[in-house]
Amino acid sequence: MSYQKFFNPEESYSRSEIEALQLERLQATVKHCMDSPFYKERFREAGLSPSDIRTLDDLKKIPFTTKQDLRDTYPFGLASVPLDKCVRLHSSSGTTGNPTVILHTRKDLDEWANAVARCLWMVGCRPEDVFQNTSGYGMFTGGLGFQYGAEKVGMLTVPAAAGNTLRQLKFFTDFGTTVVHAIPSYAARLYEVMCEKGIDPRKDTKLRTLVIGAEPHSEDTRKRIENMLGVKAYNSFGMSEMCGPGVAFECPEQNGMHIWEDYYIVEIVNPDTLEPVPDGEVGELVLTTLKREAMPLLRYRTRDLTRILPGECPCGRHHIRLDRMKGRSDDMIILKGVNIFPIQIETILMQFEELASDYLITLETVDGNDAMTVDVEMKDLFIDDYSKLQALSREITRQLRDEILITPKVRLVPKNSLPKSEGKAVRVVDTRKKY
Amino acid sequence: MTVQQLSVFIENKSGALVKVLRLLKQEDIQLIATTIADTADFGIFRIICSQPEKAYQVLRDAGVAVSLCEVFAVELDDRPGMAADAIELFASEGISISYLYSFLLNGKGILIFRTDNAEKAAGIITANGLKAYNFLANK
Repeated sequence: MSYQKFFNPEESYSRSEIEALQLERLQATVKHCMDSPFYKERFREAGLSPSDIRTLDDLKKIPFTTKQDLRDTYPFGLASVPLDKCVRLHSSSGTTGNPTVILHTRKDLDEWANAVARCLWMVGCRPEDVFQNTSGYGMFTGGLGFQYGAEKVGMLTVPAAAGNTLRQLKFFTDFGTTVVHAIPSYAARLYEVMCEKGIDPRKDTKLRTLVIGAEPHSEDTRKRIENMLGVKAYNSFGMSEMCGPGVAFECPEQNGMHIWEDYYIVEIVNPDTLEPVPDGEVGELVLTTLKREAMPLLRYRTRDLTRILPGECPCGRHHIRLDRMKGRSDDMIILKGVNIFPIQIETILMQFEELASDYLITLETVDGNDAMTVDVEMKDLFIDDYSKLQALSREITRQLRDEILITPKVRLVPKNSLPKSEGKAVRVVDTRKKY
Repeated sequence: MTVQQLSVFIENKSGALVKVLRLLKQEDIQLIATTIADTADFGIFRIICSQPEKAYQVLRDAGVAVSLCEVFAVELDDRPGMAADAIELFASEGISISYLYSFLLNGKGILIFRTDNAEKAAGIITANGLKAYNFLANK
């Protein structure tokens, strides 16, 4: 069966068509933001009125929105519509400080599904495909986000959710799964278990396409996964503040992720000066939503560091391409697709009276998987008792897991044995191969 | 009937053990008996030595995680079955041995151990005429 190349007409817009649409939608969004008490006050403070936004360049007059703003207005203070118009919310994990909440109207969910569908269509997903999603469902946006996007494409969806690798493999073979969404470390794990069970992904499955994201990974990792599973693997970028997946996605060229500029205005700024960086240079990604009803965000500082790839993409799309994320301009850790702030770990550790105040979080790649080790310094004196020390280390592990949703390896170490850098404690060491 | 034992926290990484031993060497402190168990992440290095209090101070000053405690030391004749008989005394009274190590010194078998009930254990040692061992007196 033959299909059209583009999922939406906007996908093939020229630069001038994109920019005209952006201006129209920006003006509408700014006007709509005045229904949010937060933005109304922001504009008043800045001496700004929606009618001041006449060109795309006028966007720079608008103050930035930060994650802190989301926390300060928790849970619903940034809503631009009454709550009875909202049909779903997604919230960040963690219990330290206020989480962030993103509200969606029915139309928001539909647009989100459309954006994800456009991404999947771009890499060749069609209604004949069988799509299996290994993301956690629930609050984690990789679950429902891909679910509705894949359904919109018309694929048969297998909402397998996270874990239970043997069952995942059974679904591959029984249902003829052709497309899988997985974080890179889980893709490697799937292959490992296939080898153990004598399953040859090329012969025994119909796997063709892998969608990987949510976890920083290098080009080498992608190639390794492609070779292992005999698939094409496409990088996906999203974040819960921008709905989730579907923000930017690689095209078949596999060289940078097209960000959908009919949905977002992209700025790259120097995280210290907040001034735009020259074209092609790395800076912090700042996004403005253009079609959101429930919770439009203006100039949202994502804290992700990346750059815009210069030049035209041979695929024929003129939506700009983002390079792989280069890191963060804050201290957020992304591990197995889960966002973790060191302060969450610190807060737990400080509740143990047996522990001193220094700790070290080490992120490593172990057998192709992300792993976290937390070294914790004990106080001066310790108990001469293996079972008590082991019970302590188990209890720390349990409490950390409850907070960050990942089980770290906890090591007790003597006081003053952790590295210091110019008197300042080193808190996080990341040795994972990423970029 | 007890002797002082140093317990040193040892990380499972190269150089951790030798650091402690070197500190004791520098102060001319002699080891009499030591034991260390093998676990994945850390070990407790237990030491009976000459001048335990000085050793404790030296290690503390060097930032080593160390504690000083009293453990039982009992001297037995160097014959088969002696340890079995001695430990049975505690077992029959429901006292658990937390840890134990032994060695031969000057033709005598020495048992070092810690129990979950020091007071009761001391009573058993006295009542059964087990001979307490005192390293410092024998030096």
